[in-house]
Amino acid sequence: MNIHEYQAKQIFAEYGIPVARGYPARSAGEIESATASFAEDQKIVVKSQIHAGGRGKGTFTDGFQGGVQIASGPAEARAIAGKMLGNTLVTHQTGPEGREVRTVFFTEATGIDHEYYLAILLDRKTAQSVVIASTEGGVDIEEVAESTPERIIRLQVPPTLGLRPHQARRIAFGLGLEGDLFKEMTKLLMNLYRMYWETNAMMVEINPLVRTADGHIEALDAKVSFDENALGAHPEIEALRDTNEEDPKETEAAEYDLNYIAMDGNIACMVNGAGLAMATMDIIKYYGGEPANFLDVGGGATEEQVTNAFRIITQDPNVRGILVNIFGGIMQCDVIARGIVNAARTIELTVPLVVRLEGTNVEEGRRILAESGLELHAAEGLAPAAEAIVARVASAA
Amino acid sequence: MSVLVDQDTRVLVQGITGKAGGFHAGQCMDYGTQVVAGVTPGKGGQKFRDEVPVYNTVAEAVATTGANVSLLFVPPLAAADSILEAIDAELDLVVCITEGIPVRDMAEVKARLQMPGTRTRLIGPNCPGIITPGACKIGIMPGYIHQPGKVGVVSRSGTLTYEAVWQLTQKGVGQSTCIGIGGDPINGTSHTDALRMFEEDPGTEAVIMIGEIGGTAEEEAAAWARDHMSKPMAAFIAGTTAPPGRRMGHAGAIISGGEGTAESKIAALREAGIEVAPTPAEMAEALLKVYSPG
Repeated sequence: MNIHEYQAKQIFAEYGIPVARGYPARSAGEIESATASFAEDQKIVVKSQIHAGGRGKGTFTDGFQGGVQIASGPAEARAIAGKMLGNTLVTHQTGPEGREVRTVFFTEATGIDHEYYLAILLDRKTAQSVVIASTEGGVDIEEVAESTPERIIRLQVPPTLGLRPHQARRIAFGLGLEGDLFKEMTKLLMNLYRMYWETNAMMVEINPLVRTADGHIEALDAKVSFDENALGAHPEIEALRDTNEEDPKETEAAEYDLNYIAMDGNIACMVNGAGLAMATMDIIKYYGGEPANFLDVGGGATEEQVTNAFRIITQDPNVRGILVNIFGGIMQCDVIARGIVNAARTIELTVPLVVRLEGTNVEEGRRILAESGLELHAAEGLAPAAEAIVARVASAA
Repeated sequence: MSVLVDQDTRVLVQGITGKAGGFHAGQCMDYGTQVVAGVTPGKGGQKFRDEVPVYNTVAEAVATTGANVSLLFVPPLAAADSILEAIDAELDLVVCITEGIPVRDMAEVKARLQMPGTRTRLIGPNCPGIITPGACKIGIMPGYIHQPGKVGVVSRSGTLTYEAVWQLTQKGVGQSTCIGIGGDPINGTSHTDALRMFEEDPGTEAVIMIGEIGGTAEEEAAAWARDHMSKPMAAFIAGTTAPPGRRMGHAGAIISGGEGTAESKIAALREAGIEVAPTPAEMAEALLKVYSPG
């Protein structure tokens, strides 16, 4: 789960990681009160809060340039924020539709001497954490890794030991710091690792981390993503979720314990098991069709879940056909069949439906479908099912 | 012959008094698996199905019943601790079915598994389990789709394993052992580990390996197979159509930083001389192109 920069910086502050003073605002009233806390001659950075990178270089759909801007004082900050709030920002990460800015964040502008890069993330290959630091911050770190790999410091942290002071020193020295700056950096590293570990973060990234003109280390940006599996142990982090940043169909599916991801095609699919769901998308494509979604109904779906799954996949206006592929192990085919019949009746299905059932209680499942009077094609085998739905969608077009 | 489990395996079920744990423990017993104990802290002294004693700790269950393998259904936030308990009790094998364990917890478990002197192997988490058809089922897979035989199957995905097994069985080709290693980014047993065991098992003549996008485990397994595998192999990789940056159901199934694409995995498998099935409907067919059952 991702959170906004202003939320990440609030957590940073709690963990003693230096950030500039800042205030979020979600309305004209909040813009007033937030900017009122700055002095008249204070330069202020106004930042659009969306879950996507490239905000500074982004453009709003009404032509307004720059999702991150520097204002000379509170009055100008208010004017800029007024244009951002409610506007839609397009960056290289949002896609052409962009994201609506529902929160703006005001921070004191910091004089910058140098920009560094710092991140901690979990490396699946070694099952250890990795700290990545570089003297080249404020730019795309993957490009730095590509063109000047010698400027990247990478350090493994075993989960049972955690980040040790000697490792923090190695990074701080590696970044060329000394004196008070060195001390600030090692302290920041220890605090950042503690935050990363205690909150079950999958990744924390500060790009850039800066040396300020007045000689301090400060996190200018903050990007944090958390392990969804651990949110049950962290209600305070779950509370930071912004569902406006998520696909509404995916959010709705999650409420019914369904795993749904929207795709660009026109053949909707409903499958049990993530691997089989991916493979079903693949075989649709193999036979010349385009999948409209990934949908895993899980291992023990109920009739109600199947009905909801149908409703969600048919909300996509691009859908021209549906393929149901169930290999009932623990899940029983008759339960699925009843769910399909119910759903097709409630939502008055108008597109072709192909159903492939296999496994536990398959005979009973097939009988329920056959006796339902529904217009559907029952396929035996995965390949015939995929061919059938692709052919039906093609002939209807 | 088989890999890891057979008719002599003595199973204890961690979380046997829960809904899923109880249901599947019963299914395994009905298949013929020797379920000798259950463990649920605070419920020691109870009996499951009036015959299987429940203990408070794994150590007590092992000391009393001689169990050597655990089947684990403990809820996600407590599961890692239960795996560690089973490792401390020196079981041979822990099969963790639980889905949704925090990655950080699994990183700690992995570190524990790598400590010198550890005798326990972990399969999973987030997996269907392991079955030696006709002898021992430790997991949630439907038993009846399997048939005893000589093909080893290893997969990250549950239902996709069923698909492969069913294709084999329908063609009259049985399986030696089927291992679901699970869909999480950090797991106990890798594709390579499974291939090594199948290569060493005299009861296994050929192998189907099923992978999916994310990580580099399939590439590593392909490299190992190229250098060490003498037995015929077929493979399938799910996720050719998956978009980068999206987690496709399994926590491990995500293409990130240009790594873990289906194309790179398929190329590595082909380069290792492994027959790659073009669609999930042709997994058994692909194997039979390179293997003739005796």
